[in-house]
Amino acid sequence: MDKNIYLKPFWTSNPVTVLVLGICSALAVTVKLEAACVMAISVTLVTGFSSLLVSLLRNTIPNRIRIIVQLIVAALFVILVEQVLKAYVYEVSKQLSVFVGLIITNCIIMGRIEAFALGNKPFPSFVDGIANGAGYGVILVVIAFFRELLGSGSIFGFKIIPDAAYQAGYMNNGLLILPPMALILVGCIVWIQRSINKDLQEK
Amino acid sequence: MDTNKNSYTVIYATVMVIVVAAVLAFVSSSLKQTQQNNIDVDTKSKILGAVALTEGMDEAANKTQFVLEQYEKYIKEDIAVDAQGNVVEGVQGFKVDLKGQNELMKAGNTSALTLPVFVAQLDNGSKVYIFSCYGAGLWGPIWGWIAVEEDMDTIHGTLFAHKGETPGLGAEIATDWFSAQFNGKKLFENGEFTSVRVIKGGAAPDDIHGVNAISGGTITSRALDVTIETWLKAYMPYIERVKEAQKPVEVASDTTMVVAADSLAAIVETSTNIN
Repeated sequence: MDKNIYLKPFWTSNPVTVLVLGICSALAVTVKLEAACVMAISVTLVTGFSSLLVSLLRNTIPNRIRIIVQLIVAALFVILVEQVLKAYVYEVSKQLSVFVGLIITNCIIMGRIEAFALGNKPFPSFVDGIANGAGYGVILVVIAFFRELLGSGSIFGFKIIPDAAYQAGYMNNGLLILPPMALILVGCIVWIQRSINKDLQEK
Repeated sequence: MDTNKNSYTVIYATVMVIVVAAVLAFVSSSLKQTQQNNIDVDTKSKILGAVALTEGMDEAANKTQFVLEQYEKYIKEDIAVDAQGNVVEGVQGFKVDLKGQNELMKAGNTSALTLPVFVAQLDNGSKVYIFSCYGAGLWGPIWGWIAVEEDMDTIHGTLFAHKGETPGLGAEIATDWFSAQFNGKKLFENGEFTSVRVIKGGAAPDDIHGVNAISGGTITSRALDVTIETWLKAYMPYIERVKEAQKPVEVASDTTMVVAADSLAAIVETSTNIN
């Protein structure tokens, strides 16, 4: 198997920083690291298994209704994930609120199904889906790390910044809790990535 | 096989939808109980929150267990009352659908109301009555719990929640600072029901019947004001009854001894408890 399938989504064709897909959920669920991790895992599972199932069905899917079939497959996994979250991690599912249901509209899923899974064997498709979901997830976790650390002074809900720092006049930056700051952080990541890898810069 | 034939397409779509629907229906029904338990625990934590009994919840290792234990320990009665103030037998207040009651109120069908009442017994032995409320906010429903002390006049605590009020504006009704304003406010003025007003522009500091509304959240504040008043009015017959029952009863002389003996027993019991 071509190793580009699982390497590219993390760097040269990262869904968030290069393809700029899935931005809205990246802004919405990255206030706390826990929610971001659950979202990252959910999207990874959904992209992986939707790609796998579509790839298994690819020779039987009638061409005229293929988008609908892809949507049904993606919706199936999204609803499964949503139900499981509601049953086993209710607090997190309350934080993620509508965004779990909105995974279905995440362009990464439909994009990978249409561009890759429809024309490739099941195993590479599964790997491609997982890698793209994880590529999205990594960015989410990085953003959430900085937002929670600087915005709330904690990581995974545990206090990191000591009280002494607050006594000495340090304050949490409330701006980081607001969505615009997530966009600026995405911008910073894009900036760093493109300075390291000059090929990504637009001419 | 020709996958482009009409009949193939139709059959494919049909079979696919049926299979997916069956899988989802199965998953949904097998997880339903677990999900409902989560929602119940969440509601219980809100009810406890109205009486300020959730301290330590976030630090608890097992939050679910913490909430259930606290609920078991403090919430002594879970009843439902009708519009005449009678206790409805065999109905748990917890199971009452607030939305349905709200529709009945809107339709003016007050005789069919079933309203939940929770009675909490605090560590110091005093009782707190917790009433519910539910109404329409700006974007969606708002609801809450109002805990009233034994005198049926002083507010012990409140907790409000909402489905989708504007963050930073209307959504502030769910915050601690907002509900803390209600603590100690009075529902009655010289025996007349006044409710607690949510006052735009701010309540006077010495106003014992008013709290500050939220700047920029006028519609939500007004909705909450109306919701609290409407629901407490619906509870009024029950509230009057509880007050009536608390009035010192004039006893006929031949029963005095019995009553005295009873209260003596009660005193003995209380003091044993204290020891």
